[in-house]
Amino acid sequence: MTNRIVEHPILEVKPKKKIRFVFEEKEVEGVEGDTIASALVALGVVTMGHSLKKHRPRGFYCAIGNCASCDMTVNGIKNVRTCITPLEEKMIVKREFVEDIQDDIR
Amino acid sequence: MIYADVLIVGGGPSGLTAAKMCCEAGLSTIIVERSHILGGQLTKQTHKFFGSKDQYAKMRGIDIAVKLQEDLASFNTLTMMLETTVVGLYEDKVVTILQHNEYKKIKAKAIILATGASEKFLAFENNDLPQIVGAGALQTLVNLYQVIPGKSMVMIGSGNIGLIVSYQMLQAGIEVKKVIEATDRIGGYKVHASKLKRLGVDIQTRKTIKRAIGKDQLEAVEIVRIDENFQEIEGTSEIIETDLLCVSVGLSPLHQLASMMNCKTTYISELGGYVPLIDDHFQCSVPGVFACGDMVGIEEASSAMMEGYLAGLYTCNYLNQPHLEAESLISHYENQLYELRNGLFGRKTLRGIEKRKENLIHA
Repeated sequence: MTNRIVEHPILEVKPKKKIRFVFEEKEVEGVEGDTIASALVALGVVTMGHSLKKHRPRGFYCAIGNCASCDMTVNGIKNVRTCITPLEEKMIVKREFVEDIQDDIR
Repeated sequence: MIYADVLIVGGGPSGLTAAKMCCEAGLSTIIVERSHILGGQLTKQTHKFFGSKDQYAKMRGIDIAVKLQEDLASFNTLTMMLETTVVGLYEDKVVTILQHNEYKKIKAKAIILATGASEKFLAFENNDLPQIVGAGALQTLVNLYQVIPGKSMVMIGSGNIGLIVSYQMLQAGIEVKKVIEATDRIGGYKVHASKLKRLGVDIQTRKTIKRAIGKDQLEAVEIVRIDENFQEIEGTSEIIETDLLCVSVGLSPLHQLASMMNCKTTYISELGGYVPLIDDHFQCSVPGVFACGDMVGIEEASSAMMEGYLAGLYTCNYLNQPHLEAESLISHYENQLYELRNGLFGRKTLRGIEKRKENLIHA
């Protein structure tokens, strides 16, 4: 939880309930009020996925569900816009790699 | 099929204010919002607004977002559909939505498009590296989710957003290494620039980014000095180590839904890009379809709210169910808009609106 604000001149920083979820098969924690993406950024995750053709890493970019940079597979559903999807207990979150997208096309 | 008098696409400043007018006039109204929260850009704006009381001056954006939602709390004719994305929009006003992985259809008598805007991007080498973030997105992460994505940053763009977001990153404890601006002058208000300078932030004009450096994520940026034709001046390269690069080079209206339903659009640079052609009553070229807020031209949230009220009021008139105080409210909000655009920064908007009108006549 090192990437979270602990003190701020304007914002009220309240202790929040923890939410446990699974990211890349590891059990991790976010907090109440998080989206999937904000929880991951707080955990230090910078690569949200990879580009389709050249496998280049993709980061958090627009935060409004517009750019598709943070799309992930959540509970088996592909292309979930993690920046506008609230984090829920026990969610299973996976990054989308080129390999599994190709499998789908075949 | 879900039926409603009015469907509003977008729950930001203009969508919420439009909804208030429609609900007050007794119209059944649905707001569709793709995010899980209402308020749009306001939810991340910790700064106080300028203007007069009627324009929510001296209030912070985050508090205005709460206020606008409180204004709607008492209406039982209003349905809010969050985490819902419009995926199809047709001229007979049937709208396909996707909510929680399920498709549904809505048929409305009138539609108000209030989709807002998205951030523009810049072309440079390695511009797709992780940790290169839009200014609004960084503001959302830090101010709304209270998450700090890096230790230091470089800001590209010295418009109001670039300046305000830089200041807010300092408040959150992120070191702002430099703010760079490609033109020869700082774009935003002097008051915002001065605040940054007082805190020791270096704002440099006639500079641009040449490339981002890093393997799996941003590690440094190369910035260069440019001449009056925006060409690199040899020998001015400077490498700055940073783990965040923030891009604040303006916004583009999210016009796509208007285009999807065959509303005429045109490119107007003063308004930020493609915008639907609206008449004086915020109506698009397809009757019964209205558009307001950043979608019809990039301005500040204060203007978006005034436009929202007006678009709501005109929609009620179109449906022959005018708001009880329609006349006085319309003149009030038209005056507010006029005032907001009266300043130095409003000139560009007014030029854009003039062009939009000319295009409408020739359309």
